[in-house]
Amino acid sequence: MGDKSAYLIIENLTKKFGDFTALEDISLEVFEGEFVCFLGPSGCGKTTLLRAIAGLDIQTFGRIEQAGRDISRLPPSERDFGIVFQSYALFPNLTVDRNVAYGIENRKTPKPEINAKVAELLQLVGMPEQGDKYPAQLSGGQQQRVALARALATAPGLLLLDEPLSALDAKVRARLRREIKDLQLKLGVTTIMVTHDQEEALTMADRIVIINEGVIEQVGTPEDIYIRPASPFVADFVGTMNFLPGTAGTQGHVKLDGIELATNSSTNDVGPDEPITICIRPEDVVTRGVTKDTDNAVPAVVDALEFLGSFYRISLHTQGPARTGFRADFSINLMRDLDISEGRDVVVSFPADLIRVYGEAFTHSDETV
Amino acid sequence: MTGTAALATGLEVKEKVSREDWIMRGVLLAIALFLSVSILLPLYSLMSKGFQDKDGNFTGFANFSEFFATPALTYSIFNSLTITLWTSGIVLVLAFTFAYGLTRSCMPFKSLFKGIALVPILMPSLLPAISLVYFFGKQGIISSWLFGYEIYGPIGIVMGEVIYVFPHALTIMLIAMAMSDARLYEASEALGASKIKTFFTVTLPGMRYGLVSAFFVTFTLVITDFGVPKVLGGKYNVLATDVYKQVVGRQDFEMGAVVSMVLLVPAVLAFFADRIVQRKQVAMVSTKAVPYVPQPSKGFDMAMLGFCSLLGFIILSILGMAFFASFAKFWPYNLTLGLNHYQFDLMDGGSWASYFNSIELATWTAIVGTVMIFVGAYLVEKSKGFRTGRAAMQFLCIMPMAVPGLVLGLAYIFFFNHPDNPLGFLYHTMPILVICTVTHFYTVSHLTAVTALKQMDPEFESVSASLKVPFYKTFRRVTVPVCVPAILDISMYLFVNAMTTVSAVVFLYSPDTTLASVAVLNMDDAGDTAPAAAMGMMIVFTAAGVRLLHAILTRGLARRTQAWRKR
Ligand SMILES: Nc1ncnc2c1ncn2[C@@H]1O[C@H](COP(=O)(O)OP(=O)(O)O)[C@@H](O)[C@H]1O
Ligand SMILES: [Mg+2]
Repeated sequence: MGDKSAYLIIENLTKKFGDFTALEDISLEVFEGEFVCFLGPSGCGKTTLLRAIAGLDIQTFGRIEQAGRDISRLPPSERDFGIVFQSYALFPNLTVDRNVAYGIENRKTPKPEINAKVAELLQLVGMPEQGDKYPAQLSGGQQQRVALARALATAPGLLLLDEPLSALDAKVRARLRREIKDLQLKLGVTTIMVTHDQEEALTMADRIVIINEGVIEQVGTPEDIYIRPASPFVADFVGTMNFLPGTAGTQGHVKLDGIELATNSSTNDVGPDEPITICIRPEDVVTRGVTKDTDNAVPAVVDALEFLGSFYRISLHTQGPARTGFRADFSINLMRDLDISEGRDVVVSFPADLIRVYGEAFTHSDETV
Repeated sequence: MTGTAALATGLEVKEKVSREDWIMRGVLLAIALFLSVSILLPLYSLMSKGFQDKDGNFTGFANFSEFFATPALTYSIFNSLTITLWTSGIVLVLAFTFAYGLTRSCMPFKSLFKGIALVPILMPSLLPAISLVYFFGKQGIISSWLFGYEIYGPIGIVMGEVIYVFPHALTIMLIAMAMSDARLYEASEALGASKIKTFFTVTLPGMRYGLVSAFFVTFTLVITDFGVPKVLGGKYNVLATDVYKQVVGRQDFEMGAVVSMVLLVPAVLAFFADRIVQRKQVAMVSTKAVPYVPQPSKGFDMAMLGFCSLLGFIILSILGMAFFASFAKFWPYNLTLGLNHYQFDLMDGGSWASYFNSIELATWTAIVGTVMIFVGAYLVEKSKGFRTGRAAMQFLCIMPMAVPGLVLGLAYIFFFNHPDNPLGFLYHTMPILVICTVTHFYTVSHLTAVTALKQMDPEFESVSASLKVPFYKTFRRVTVPVCVPAILDISMYLFVNAMTTVSAVVFLYSPDTTLASVAVLNMDDAGDTAPAAAMGMMIVFTAAGVRLLHAILTRGLARRTQAWRKR
């Protein structure tokens, strides 16, 4: 992002509710025109951070700068942002037109100009000709479009979205996801969206900020986050991951149930034979064309098959004394070609560049093998 | 950098207070100031009066010693508790059964019965008492039914109070029953429990907060009510009538202050107990309950219909008797109908002017009260920061509920009639009656407003701030229109109560500002019972008219706004 300037700078931001620290020492830069997602489990502090940026709930410590202006102490009315909530928060007694016009009507704009602007905005969010309806007469998805139009009406420098899609059903959500992203690209408005849905973040964001228990775990592009998760938490939270107990081997190597595996992941900070966690995503486990002589080959036994539509998720365990369990995603034609079934021996490989190694032992939260 | 480094370098961020915040705080403070003057300071005056002698010298607990050394006075405590507990017990059983019939049976005419049950709300509590005199008094039509007992005394008081508080208890019971969860009943039935067993294991436990709450409300209303014992007390003294007698009869203000402080104790205790219970009940219903749909059951439905019909008949007879007595020329000798009792200007203690004064008072109370209470509730709920100010305001808004009307009225005498009070010019004017009445009925209205405001999306204010629209514009364009039903409810509540109330204003009216409800009291006192009933009926007609108007407005509004209100 070297070619862009930091539009929003957050420095050492801490938010306390009484004795409870909801956010601790958050520092972050958001660049002009960027789409940033705050991603994390429910209750981790995403909304709190967004509300601090908006000035709706001012931080306890720390500084926020927007477009070169220190806004740390300013009330929301003196900041420059538009906001959309999960609940839509449309004014129920005003028509769609009046909702969208709400912010511009206050600015002494001539009436025809307001109406033209409203029509343009409704066109933009894909809701032309619906201006006379009341919010209660619209579907959830339509209401959220109106809320978006209302937030954009005053042409804010920063668009804040707090779980805008969470209340919608899956189909509408996927469609609006794309539309919001297109709209953001078209308008180039710097946008921060809060979500707990990793798919939403991965598909929409230029950069993702992973938050856990009030602390930033990682900031990076979706690819960064997915391929090079900076911590076991991120690895676990985004996508599916095998967490396998192992020990450190010689430089660039780790040991899993007696088998030495080469890895590109750094193992510098742990001494030989110290316990470590070896991570590999199920979809990165290879078996086609793998023999005992392939690099990083792991002989294993198939325990169970789970059909997940477009692929199978296979549970296996290693053949050494530890019988370490792990999962692999195999395509349907691979299953057919190699005739994989319960109880069969297979040899798989963990590609060295796709293995992640973490220095600590880690037990991940859900879905045990 | 670590968290501690941030703590070390940065001081706590203090939000800049915007111009809008200052406006909000200013208005909030103004209302808080009003309540301080209208309840806090008068109460303080009252309290200090209790510790002074006639010349204003501090005497410590001397007045209290005198009170407790006067058997006639202490006996009133016992009497008050006796009638209050009897009334509460009877009302709870009646209201529970009535509510049970309305919600759990398939009997017909439910809304009619509910309407009839709420009729006593339209009466000053003096009126059912007067009506009882026509039934059970010396010349009453069924006085023999009391087996030789007198209507003037505890029996009469309990009967009158039961009618007076019945609608209040019923309303609470209905809400509590509506909140109970049908799934529990289905589960109980699925487990094969009998109807009786279900009643004791599901219905009653589910109602416990409602029952307790109804008990406390009944308790407070009865122990502080003055209308019924005034008419039917006879030689049976209770605390409420003692206050009146000490002040109006004997002009012993110090002893009046002492008795009213004694009266304040149970009222305040009941108030706090009720608040605790209410909080628990709210916690209980936070999960979504499925409303219960009763199944027809012939015997049970008929029994419930019978019970509700009987109670409905009694309430209507009470009203009907007052109605009839007000038109009967000379009870019980000449029962032809006429309007002679409505010629108030010919009576001692009553006049048409007092009726119109009451209308004026009710109108002002409704207008001033609704605006102030709704704005106050809005600011308490929606203003930002200013934590102590808002907490203090919240306390001031809830406080009036704990203060009985008689106590409030007496406190006003001490406060506003004090020679050093710059607000003394208000004494004996219409404005002081308005201030007193608004304050007296502040809490219920405030809670109604708060409930309505809490149902609105809390982010409306956030959105309008982000759009740079000042809060007062959003208040006018969104908050008020959305809350119109609650606003109408509040103004009707204030109007009707201002028409019917006696307790606070009885100490505050002047010859120029006599009121209809006080006229009922004074005419009854003077032995003009029929004209008293007639004036009482004028109050009922007016209150009923306002209720009708409210119903029409609400319905019309519902039709006009159905496009955007959620069905
Ligand atoms: N007004 C508040 N008072 C006290 N605690 C709060 C408040 N708002 C949020 N919290 C707490 O702060 C934490 C973060 O909340 P939030 O930012 O809403 O989480 P999320 O990431 O789900 O949006 C939660 O533990 C929540 O309980
Ligand atoms: Mg949130």
